[in-house]
Amino acid sequence: MLEARYRTARALPLGRAAASGAPRSGILIQPAEAEARFSLRVRDAGAAVAGLPLDRPINTVAGDDRRWIARLGPDEWLIGTSEVDADLLAAAVGAAFGSKAHALVDVSHRNVGIDVGGDAAPIALNAGCPLDLGDAAFPPGSATRTLLGKAEIVLIRRAKPGRCYRVECWRSFSTYVYSFLQEAALGVGPAEKVAS
Amino acid sequence: MLVVGAGPAGLAAALAASRTGKRVILADEGAEPGGSLLHAAETEIDGHPADAWLAATLADLDGRENVILLPRTTVFGYYNHNHVAMVERVTDHLPTAGAAPRERLWQVRAAEVVLAGGSHERPLVFADNDRPGILLAESVRVFINRYGVAPGRRIVFATNGASAYTAALDARAAGLDVALVDLRREAECGPELQRLRAAGVEVLTGHTVVGTKGRKRVTGLLAAPVGSDDRCGRRRLLACDCVGMSGGWTPAVHLFSQSRGKLVFDAGIDAFVPGTSAQAERSAGAAKGSYDLAACLSEGYAAGAAASGSAERRSFTATPTLTGFQPVRLMPTDADPAKVRAFVDFQNDVTAKDIKLAVREGFHSIEHVKRYTTTGMATDQGKTSNMNALGIVAGQLDKALPGVGTTTFRPPYTPVTFGALVGPARHALFDPVRTTPIHGWAEAHGALFENVALWRRAWYFPRAGEDMHAAVARECAAVRDGVGIFDASTLGKIEIVGPDAAEFMNRMYINPWAKLEPGRCRYGLMLKEDGYILDDGVVARVSPDCFHVTTTTGGAARVLAHMEDYLQTEWPDLKVFLTSTTEQWAVIALQGPKARTVIEPLVEGINLSPEAFPHMAMRQGTICGVPTRLFRVSFTGELGFEVNVPSDQALAVWEAIYAAGQPYGITPYGTETMHVLRAEKGYIIVGQETDGTVTPDDVGLAGMIAKAKKDFVGKRSLSRSDVAATGRKQLVGLATQDPKLVLDEGAQIVADPNQPIPMTMLGHVTSSYWSPNCGRSIAMALVADGRALQGRTLHVTTPAGFTSVTVVEPIFLDPKGERIHA
Repeated sequence: MLEARYRTARALPLGRAAASGAPRSGILIQPAEAEARFSLRVRDAGAAVAGLPLDRPINTVAGDDRRWIARLGPDEWLIGTSEVDADLLAAAVGAAFGSKAHALVDVSHRNVGIDVGGDAAPIALNAGCPLDLGDAAFPPGSATRTLLGKAEIVLIRRAKPGRCYRVECWRSFSTYVYSFLQEAALGVGPAEKVAS
Repeated sequence: MLVVGAGPAGLAAALAASRTGKRVILADEGAEPGGSLLHAAETEIDGHPADAWLAATLADLDGRENVILLPRTTVFGYYNHNHVAMVERVTDHLPTAGAAPRERLWQVRAAEVVLAGGSHERPLVFADNDRPGILLAESVRVFINRYGVAPGRRIVFATNGASAYTAALDARAAGLDVALVDLRREAECGPELQRLRAAGVEVLTGHTVVGTKGRKRVTGLLAAPVGSDDRCGRRRLLACDCVGMSGGWTPAVHLFSQSRGKLVFDAGIDAFVPGTSAQAERSAGAAKGSYDLAACLSEGYAAGAAASGSAERRSFTATPTLTGFQPVRLMPTDADPAKVRAFVDFQNDVTAKDIKLAVREGFHSIEHVKRYTTTGMATDQGKTSNMNALGIVAGQLDKALPGVGTTTFRPPYTPVTFGALVGPARHALFDPVRTTPIHGWAEAHGALFENVALWRRAWYFPRAGEDMHAAVARECAAVRDGVGIFDASTLGKIEIVGPDAAEFMNRMYINPWAKLEPGRCRYGLMLKEDGYILDDGVVARVSPDCFHVTTTTGGAARVLAHMEDYLQTEWPDLKVFLTSTTEQWAVIALQGPKARTVIEPLVEGINLSPEAFPHMAMRQGTICGVPTRLFRVSFTGELGFEVNVPSDQALAVWEAIYAAGQPYGITPYGTETMHVLRAEKGYIIVGQETDGTVTPDDVGLAGMIAKAKKDFVGKRSLSRSDVAATGRKQLVGLATQDPKLVLDEGAQIVADPNQPIPMTMLGHVTSSYWSPNCGRSIAMALVADGRALQGRTLHVTTPAGFTSVTVVEPIFLDPKGERIHA
């Protein structure tokens, strides 16, 4: 009886929400799969830990879709990785830092990811985010803590061509953030352009 | 870069700026961009007809990736640091709106702003100038040229300047019957006079307007020659069905003024124009007082180029614009001025004689005249009336116009709908509604919910036919006799990590932490600098350098900010890191004598026996295969566990526990039952027993203060004279003499209900419930020197008058606390 309950699957808050967006807008809003996230805090971090660069400028993200690390402050990083790698990564970070004061806190279930893509994606994001999301100010590889409407988010622009964004918010804000983005996309028409 | 207004100056500015590659937003309130070019018949720019030039310019701008062209978009507010607000009317003009909103609020933070909002035509102030059919001259021109509508068949223009001649020429060219009355003398007029006469139009120069005829529509204009002494000659009736009046032009300096720029008076054009800028903006074209088309274009181009850091300049050739006028405040009249109703403010129905009266009454500042007469105070904010009102006041006082000052321009430039400001923030998007992973289960099981901060928490779970009273009574009994299950996921949680974590805890909380062993918990109390209780919660030491802190639901963000504040500003030397884990962990509280029995088969890796796992301990293992931080804690006074599991797995664990608890009558309970159970035990709730002015001693928790600690936040304030003084309100229990009576929370308490009013109030009720387990009502209260009043009778207000209560210990059940160690 116990065995049957082992490895309970994660019930994601937006689990049943399909990829959506307003067809006219070309914006795709897609709740992310279950992923692992860690909040890393360490001062005088050095160049890298467990293969993750720590010396990149604040407000940038490194890595790829499978494993990424966003520097949000002088001593703060948000790390995303696949679930299967999570334990190994945590162990590797712990081993690498050894007795150096640091905090690696599992926030996999706190954070919910929503991928927002499409040429007009910045228009939907800008409906609630006051940042300049133009290519010069927020190029691919940017990441920052900011606001979307009344919710705090981390906004990441994937380090690849095109307009691929990841919105990370806290679990209980995810319905709001997801609905906010959907509503914003409804107002975006094919004629609207993003000044780049 | 933001360009306000897509008339000739704005278009030229956008053109210049767009060529630099800078990002440009060009906003215009009109349905289509173009401004005055949309009705500029017979006008040429650089050798092309104006409409062709306009089409080519728009195509050029539209083809540029760096330009966003926004028609139907009114820039209505200019705030600090070039923060500009605009409202776009998105779908109202469309036959089918689709999914897009009606209006959209834009907030632009522009590096540079070019203000090219044009100018407003002034009406003339003459008797009965409000009769239907009397329009501004340029409006007549717009009707004819842009919309192909003849506003009348016989149109008389009344003016003191050149621009109305353009309108008259266009009306004549459209085949309408036209006459023109000009206050200026023959010699004061420019070439416009001959052109209009050559077109066969009768022009009466040196004539004033003394009145109009007609009732529901103007049927005639009364003109009279006026001498150099302002005396009028013989009246003449000009039959007409439309009057186009023009008293000159006023630059639209509203946004410039909102930006805190300083206006200067230009006597040459009798208007205030932008002077010293306060922000990164510049004006161009008619908004700056330049009325000639070619000048507007080159000025706009220069402004756009300069704003985008380019030195490029361009001159344009264009058909000369007929400009120039002789300012007039009031048209001379032969009638008794006290009887003439010559309107100045058409929206608020203010006449020239109202303004003169205000001046006679002693209102000499335009700000006072405005408030006395309401001139310029309608929704148009005096766009047409202000200059005439100013002129009349200045004339009455025999002052130059700038001496009277000008009124303040405030946003919005034109009225903005609430809908535009609200935007999507309505219904589900009004505020984030935070729900726990168990929320859906609670809904399915009939829970009613209450709002706690942004969270929605299960309040109670009524069964069929139960009211709240019955449901809470059943839930309370279940916890005391069997086992209850409660969703405590909303509790704030902070992971405090680092070699100095214990030291940090010592400084933040009143109690000591250094000796708390890993795997043990402690109830912590936290003060603000002023010595008053800020928050509380159970804290577990996970490892020597890691604490799992819990806070109240509503206090989570506040406590984390409070801690970060101290860490970053006071003790940056401490090696401690704070991470919010509120939403990482869902918390399932299992409370009641059967709690252990229920979870025992589900837990692995933790010895649940009372010896191995005592009250106020925390163990890590798995439950249903899910990793857990299992707390043995109680906010009910019963044997209890709080199962912390990762949020996405919480529902599965909850359902498994609920299933396992069925043989023991496991009962889901809500926040109301939680409140009653804790009150029975006298446990305080921050925000209910405390209100920001309550010290640890006030609620009987002074014993928690670590005597040996050198310092903690708020310690010094505890020795402040008013905090150390006697007579402070202290937490007590109240037992009503009528056990069935439940007191009102917040009710006032007095010693003698017969004392004279105003009575001396000793304190108030902080918590009050019907306690099913005690079989009577219970209450807690803050009462002055309350602990010394044990056993005394006091009196509490009720809606029906005073009732008597006895002061008791604030604990109503199991005073020795034995049940908790079961």
